[in-house]
Amino acid sequence: MITKLNVTSVKVLNQDEALDFYVNKLGLEVGRDIKQGSFRWLTVRVPGDPGIEIFLEEPGPPVHDEATAAQLRELITKGAMGSLVFLADDVRGLYETLKARGVADFTQEPTEHFYGIDMGVRDPFGNAIRILQPAKVAPALQ
Amino acid sequence: MSRKVEDLNRRLLRARDAMDRAYAEPLDIRAVAAVACVSEAHFSRAFRAVFGETPHRYLQRRRVERSMFLLRETDRSVTDICLDVGFNSLGTFSRTFRQIVGETPSDYRGGHAPMVAPNCFQMTATRPVVAAQVAGAAGVATQSSSFGEAGAVVAP
Repeated sequence: MITKLNVTSVKVLNQDEALDFYVNKLGLEVGRDIKQGSFRWLTVRVPGDPGIEIFLEEPGPPVHDEATAAQLRELITKGAMGSLVFLADDVRGLYETLKARGVADFTQEPTEHFYGIDMGVRDPFGNAIRILQPAKVAPALQ
Repeated sequence: MSRKVEDLNRRLLRARDAMDRAYAEPLDIRAVAAVACVSEAHFSRAFRAVFGETPHRYLQRRRVERSMFLLRETDRSVTDICLDVGFNSLGTFSRTFRQIVGETPSDYRGGHAPMVAPNCFQMTATRPVVAAQVAGAAGVATQSSSFGEAGAVVAP
């Protein structure tokens, strides 16, 4: 029986830029950063939650041939690749913090729904990120 | 070469996001093209090449999706909803809605109860495919390069 999600990945155009965005702007922390030849195992995670890591994967050798990597880069920048959903305790406050840190690519400003307050933002490459502050009681989604 | 493609894609995506955010406002193509930092003439062609439909049609489908949401989830009048989602004429709204969804706003409301699902899910999953295209009809007018609703819609 599978017991837990451990690692998921987001494809990015550049790992250094991704690190800056996910850690310095979004507020995640670095998990692993291990180089092996041209391969870099770089993960980030929610602070205080070491069980689930997000691999920031840059398309290219040795995993992808150059043509495949080029296709992936095009899809990333079309917003057609993965997305992430995080939970937060204060979405409106986080929105102000992100703006102060220079984040501009919001797809949705904080909006109140019956299930909580959420907002949407894109990483520098086009990946969609949603952040939800769940309502105290949202029976329909639990 | 590929870097240029990626950069253009990313800017066009930013323009598409702007339509998803500001669909309720009177958007004109010049303003949306400016978000992507491309000329008005180049914008529609490039957008269509990247996303498979013109920006005008993208915006229409977003507006119609939001109207479907309001028809399902609220008891606002069809006229109010038409204005809420950025159309400025009830006739254009009804015609566009019928063309895309395949039934009138009132009939749609009658047949659909509220959907208990997160908003982002609804916006992603229920943006309607064009009914005429689903039916296999060719030649649906998606060529318009203007956001002006009047005159932009060709009845099927």
